[in-house]
Parts: sequence; structure tokens; C-alpha cells
Amino acid sequence: MNRFAELLDRLVLTPSRNGKLTLLTDYFRSVEDPDRGLALAAITGDLSIAAVKPAMLRALVVERMDPVLFGYSYDYVGDLAETVSLVWPQPQGHIPNHAPTLAEVVGRLQAASRSDGPKVLSRLLDDASISARFAIIKLVTGGLRIGVSARLAKQALADLGQVDVAEIEELWHGLAPPYTELFAWLEGRAEKPTSAALALFRPVMLSNAVDDGDLEKLDPADYAAEWKWDGIRVQAVCEGGVRRLYSRTGDDVSGAFPDLAAAMNFEATLDGELLVGDPREATGTFSDLQQRLNRKSVSPKIQQQYPAFMRCYDALQIDGDDLRALPFAERRKRLEAFVKTLDPSRFDLSPLVAFSDWETLERLRQAPPHPIIEGVMLKRWDSPYLAGRPKGPWFKWKRDPHTIDAVLMYAQRGHGKRSSFYSDYTFGVWSGPEGSEELVPVGKAYFGFTDEELREIDKYVRDNTIERFGPVRSVRADRRNGLVLEVAFEGLNRSTRHKSGVAMRFPRISRLRWDKPAAEADRIETLQALLDG
Amino acid sequence: MFKAMRASDLLKPRPEGLYCPPGDFFIDPVRPVGRALITHGHSDHARSGHRSVLATQETLDIMGLRYGEDFAGTTQAAAFGQTIDINGVAVTFHPAGHVLGSAQICVEHGGKRIVASGDYKRQKDATCLPFEPIRCDVFITEATFGLPVFRHPPDQDEIARVLKSAAQFPERSHLIGAYALGKAQRVMRLLRDAGYDRPIYIHGALAKLSEYYQSQGIDLGKLEPGTVESRGKADFAGAIVVGPPSAFADRWARRFPDPISCFASGWMRIRQRAKQGGVELPLIISDHADWDELIITIKETGAEEIWVTHGREEALVRWCELEGIAARPLHLVGYEDEGD
Repeated sequence: MNRFAELLDRLVLTPSRNGKLTLLTDYFRSVEDPDRGLALAAITGDLSIAAVKPAMLRALVVERMDPVLFGYSYDYVGDLAETVSLVWPQPQGHIPNHAPTLAEVVGRLQAASRSDGPKVLSRLLDDASISARFAIIKLVTGGLRIGVSARLAKQALADLGQVDVAEIEELWHGLAPPYTELFAWLEGRAEKPTSAALALFRPVMLSNAVDDGDLEKLDPADYAAEWKWDGIRVQAVCEGGVRRLYSRTGDDVSGAFPDLAAAMNFEATLDGELLVGDPREATGTFSDLQQRLNRKSVSPKIQQQYPAFMRCYDALQIDGDDLRALPFAERRKRLEAFVKTLDPSRFDLSPLVAFSDWETLERLRQAPPHPIIEGVMLKRWDSPYLAGRPKGPWFKWKRDPHTIDAVLMYAQRGHGKRSSFYSDYTFGVWSGPEGSEELVPVGKAYFGFTDEELREIDKYVRDNTIERFGPVRSVRADRRNGLVLEVAFEGLNRSTRHKSGVAMRFPRISRLRWDKPAAEADRIETLQALLDG
Repeated sequence: MFKAMRASDLLKPRPEGLYCPPGDFFIDPVRPVGRALITHGHSDHARSGHRSVLATQETLDIMGLRYGEDFAGTTQAAAFGQTIDINGVAVTFHPAGHVLGSAQICVEHGGKRIVASGDYKRQKDATCLPFEPIRCDVFITEATFGLPVFRHPPDQDEIARVLKSAAQFPERSHLIGAYALGKAQRVMRLLRDAGYDRPIYIHGALAKLSEYYQSQGIDLGKLEPGTVESRGKADFAGAIVVGPPSAFADRWARRFPDPISCFASGWMRIRQRAKQGGVELPLIISDHADWDELIITIKETGAEEIWVTHGREEALVRWCELEGIAARPLHLVGYEDEGD
């Protein structure tokens, strides 16, 4: 338990992806079964433990200490799990004879009935160190929130076994905690696990961005073009009555889209884009799609207002035939015939875009027929369906980004290599009537600039600081003084969380406009027009 | 008839600091005064410009290093356990376990004994003498970490975490932020006690004080300046560097390869504090008493009254009330937590 607790403590404060991977692989390498598998399940969200409500936790602790002192403590720390882990009084004269393992903790929590749950939890906390108490409370209150995705955990496993992460994703849904057979394979002690489970995820094929000069080398006749839909990449799998809707990384998202899952009454594995609307009539915008994202449960009203459908563009399997080795042209034919047999309100076909040369396609790309299109996809007619991101068969050619001139308002220190640099920038645009304009923050960006530019901005921030709050500095920014940043972004969403009412997607610094006076930066109306357009 | 003195007449807060009217002296005054008794060398307790200063030899030496030899009109060294008479008030210095030379000051007059403990801790520390509990009527305690959430773990466990991380990330450097007086030297000594025998790189701000610690027989091993401009980044791969926390936000830190920022402080107990400060590896190493040490010390002094100063007074006062011990906050101004 202590090693798991230590891992959580480190992960939560380690910002870099590589740093997290090192910590995870070291943990998986050095900890034995079944503890490491249970830790893995806790991180990927595959560990089921009956949840304890915060009120219960608070009740347990004030039975054991002065409520006034607990109140002072909680006010100071601000996080209930952390406060309880710190103040939990060890019973008088109680010396735990050994630190429980993660397996023991999980075992005791899973075996606890609803009525004796609190008692079991108290005993565990009595026996644990402060860090371990924090980890236990995180396990029972649900959601570790340590900044590690299931995908990253799988990457760490891939690093451990020197295998491709796609292999792990393909196996994943056939496995269960504590994943003993998976670790045995990764350590070369056993064969790769085989799974008889149905409707497993198949790793998806990804594309590369078109770079300067790429197209000149390619023959347009070798490629099919499609619109690039800005929805959610999904894989719909139905096998022997089992239905699963997977995200691009193999997470099961069926629960969030019950309306679409209900229409999956076929034997196939389809690749496509999840969008909202009725494909026979109109496709929803990204703002509409947002109504269906990040929801634990979906009300019937929302399902009706924003119905989910799938725009299919590939078939990996139809009626038991694995099509992945076939050329795209062949798969496409099978797909076209197959989609016709499906519920037309839930499934349609992503149309091909006819073009004869790159110039024609370029014109089409610049003026797509729907706002949720973010460019075109190029797929080689003869390419098989390959897991991962092979270079050559698939390209994405995105619409040029939007840009805006904004003024630097706040800068925050970075981490790791950037820990002595102010490298995260909050920028704003002008709002309000003429003569009393004010900057309103519209986004935050921390890349897009060169190392040399980073040094220049860092110096500017240090020389123009007006206030400091911890690692954040507020930078002089008014009509006469300020650094103008050209910010590129992919799109805008409405946001109730930001004062400006907009949230940028994928913002990055595209240019430093040392030459431009702050007063000439853009106004909020420019962004609002983009939102309405 | 002889009437026992009231404690509040023996020591009372004044804007300059804690004042003893019968003895006409101040303890740790924050402004220049005639006669100052100083518990330890941290700058919020030890200021320059007093007419006369009474402190341990180490504290006097440290003040000399920090402010220059003319930091006071006259100085007098106090030996631990030796009672000095000041205008009829008996004054005795006792070790406080906070930093090298740190002392509690026991003041006794008219049948009343008050111990002003300054800053103190109970954890073992190889760089200073351990705290000695003194029986007294009134005990003046700090409360920097006066909340039940502050529980300092054993310091060697914290140091083990740095060494483990250094082994996990051999291509990176570890920058440990630690205050220049006391904490920095304690961290270096802990690294040595854990068997770390490579050179430790130090920021220039630590050089004089570390040298002084070494001259007092506290072995810190081989220290090298982390300030050599000509040294390439690769030379610092795997290095452990100690410096004042402020330096890590500074351009100075850029010479080190992909540094992992560590901070040795009792505040690191609170995750959000570490997070806000951009600390990747918090080291909960403190020179102040934690909650458990505070309450055990209060009990050991046998004091019937507790005065609580600089820190979270209200929680400690509340605890005393629950224990049936008279307690009140002593509102002294001007003390920060430089030592942590």
C-alpha cells in the first residue's frame, strides 16, 4: 500500500509525460502481483469498490477528534481526503503490526457490506501511514484524479514489455484485474494472453498531418478524399449480441451514448465519427456535440434534443470477416453496401469528395460545406487498415487555423526544462466601449514558440511584472503597454466558465508581434462573430 | 509581605518585541533596542543595530557573518545552562534544537519562571543540540505548524525519496530548495548520513554559512559551487543541488539539465502548497515542531499557562483549553517563517 501511495504522491506532482511514464514503469517493474495489477486497475478506473460519501468520512473523523480542531484543519487544507488523511488520530497504544498491502486493502473494502463499510474503512485508516490513508480515501471516494489517463498507463505497460501500445489496447477489454497474465507476458514469462471475450476493441488507424511539400510527391489518383469531421472518433463493435462503442483509445463509451448503442444491431466493427443530429436532415455543430460530452448520465430530453449518430468511414469486420488486410477501395465497397442495411437515423456514410488535382481539393478544403468539417482526409486506395500511425497511407489536411492578435496578461512558470521560465501565457482581447476598453482573458497557451522566443518572452515578463501570485505573474498590459501575441486556434466554443464567454480549442502562439501596439490587438467582437458564423 | 510576581509583569509584548520590565531587556526584538537577548540567527529574530546583544556564541558568529562584525554595539556570549543576572532577573539559555546555536531563554524573577522557546523542534538533527524541556510556570511556544494536519515524517525517509528519485532519473538534476541557515546544512548532512558521497552543488548564498557549519565540526562532505558558468549542462546530470528556494525561479537554475524541483519544508505537507509552488518532489523536512511535538512539549514543561505566538495560535489555544491548560495568543508582530 505504501508503494502505491508513494506512486500517487509522485504522479500528482509530476507534470511531464515522460516523468510519469518512468514512475509508472518503475512501479510495475518493482511491485509484485497482485498489487501492481490492482494499482493499474485503480488508475484506469477498472477497480470497483463501493463508494464512501464525503459526509460519512467527515462523520468518522469527528467521532475521533474535536470538531473545532477538525474545522480549523479542513479550512486550512481545503481538501477533505487530504485533511482526513493528515488528522486521523491513531488509537492510543495502537501499533499496527504490519503495513497492509494494496491487495489486502482492496480485498477488505470489496468484502465489506454496506453496514460495516465505515467500520472496515476506519480499521484500515488506523493501520495506515499518512500517505497510505490518503490513497485509501481516494480509492473509496472514487476518482484518483492524478493526471494519468488509462491510455498513459497502457503506454507504461507497453514500455515495460517493449511492445506496441496497440497490442495492449487490443487485449485490454478481455482482461480483468489484477492482470497477472498480462504482466507475465510483458515480462517474457508467458505467452501473450488470448481472449475469448466478444466485441473487443481493435486499435484504430491514425493519420499524419500534411506537411509542406508532401502533396507534390503524391499522385492524386492514388488517394480518396473525405471530409474530416470534427466529432468524436468511435469504433462500434457488435459481436454475438455484445455491443460496445469505443473511443479512439479503446475506452468503452457506450454508457454515454445509449441512443446510438441501442441501434447497434449488426455483426460488424465499424470505424467512424460520432456526431449529433439526424443525418438525413442536419448535422449538429460542435457546440451541439458538446451537449453530449463529459456527461455521466444522459437525460432522455438531451438524447432527444441532441441525438447521437455515427458517420461511418471504414469497416474492420463485417459478419465475421476480418477486412483489415483488404485495400481501402475494397473495404469502402463493403462498407457502402453494409451501411444501407442500418438504421438511417443513426448511421450514414461519410461521402467521398471528388477531386482531380490538389488545387481543386485545396479550394474545397478552404470552403467546406459544414462548420463541423475541419479539413479533408486523404486515404490511399490500396492501403490496408493498419493499427497506429503509419506514415503514408492516411493524411489529414486541416483547414488553416484561425488567428487573432491578443495581449499577454499573465505568465506562469513552467516545469522541468522550463521550470525557470515563464512559459504558460494567459492572453486577452479588448472589450468595452471606446475610451474605457478593458482586456478580457480569452485563453491560455504554452507552446508554439521557439526556445529563443521563450527566452525573449521570459525576459519581457520579468521586466514588466506588476504583481505576483505564487508562480504566476501579472504583466503590464494596457492601451499603451503590452506584448501582442498572434494566437492560432482551431475553433471556438461557447463557455459559461470564462468571463469572455468563449473558449478556444487548441490555442498556440503563432507569432510574437513586438511591432504591434497593444491598443491595436483584436476586440472580443471579432471572436463573437466567429462563434455566430 | 512578598507577593509573587505576575507573569505578565515579567514579560510583556511591546511593538519592539517581548519586553522584560524588571530586567530592562527585549527577547528577539524586531527594532533596534538597548539590550537584546536573541534566541537564534534567523533574520526575523536576529536583527542588527542593537546597543548590546546577548546570545550563544554560534548565534553571534552567524549574525556577524550575515550583517558584518559591527552588527551590534557590544556582544556577550551565553553558555548553555549558565545563569546570568540582568538587573536582578536570572536568565539562562537552553538548547532549542532549531538550528545551530539556537536557544530557549529562561527568565526567572520574583518566584516566576517563564521560558521563551523561540523556534524549536523535537526531531533529531545532527547539525544542532537537541531541545531540552525546562519546567516552568509559563511556556511561550511558537505555532508555525500549530494545526493537527502538520505531522512531519522522519527526515531520513524524506531524504531517501530524493535518492530514489535521483536513481530513477539519472539524466536529470535535483534542485533542493532549502533556507540558507539551518535547513540547507541539515539537508546536506542528511544526504551524507544516507550514504550519498558525491559532491553536493550549492548556490553561492549558502557558501559562507555552510563553511561556518563545517568549521564547527559539522561534516557536510564535499561541497562544490553550483555557479561555475563554464560547466556544461551534462556535467550536472544526476547532480544534487542545494540552494535558497527563491533561486530556483531564477535564471540561475537554467544551467541544470531538466531539473526536478524539490523543496525541503514543513509546508510541503500540504499538496496544494507544493502544487502551487511548482514543486515536483516535496520534502517534508522542518526545523519547527509539528503538532505532535508542540503538544508533547507543552505537557513536558508542566507549565500552567501557555502563551502562543507566531503561527496558527487559535488551534493550539483550543487544544490547551480542551486539556484544561490556560492559554492565550501573544500578539507579537514581525516574525515570518524564514526558517522553514
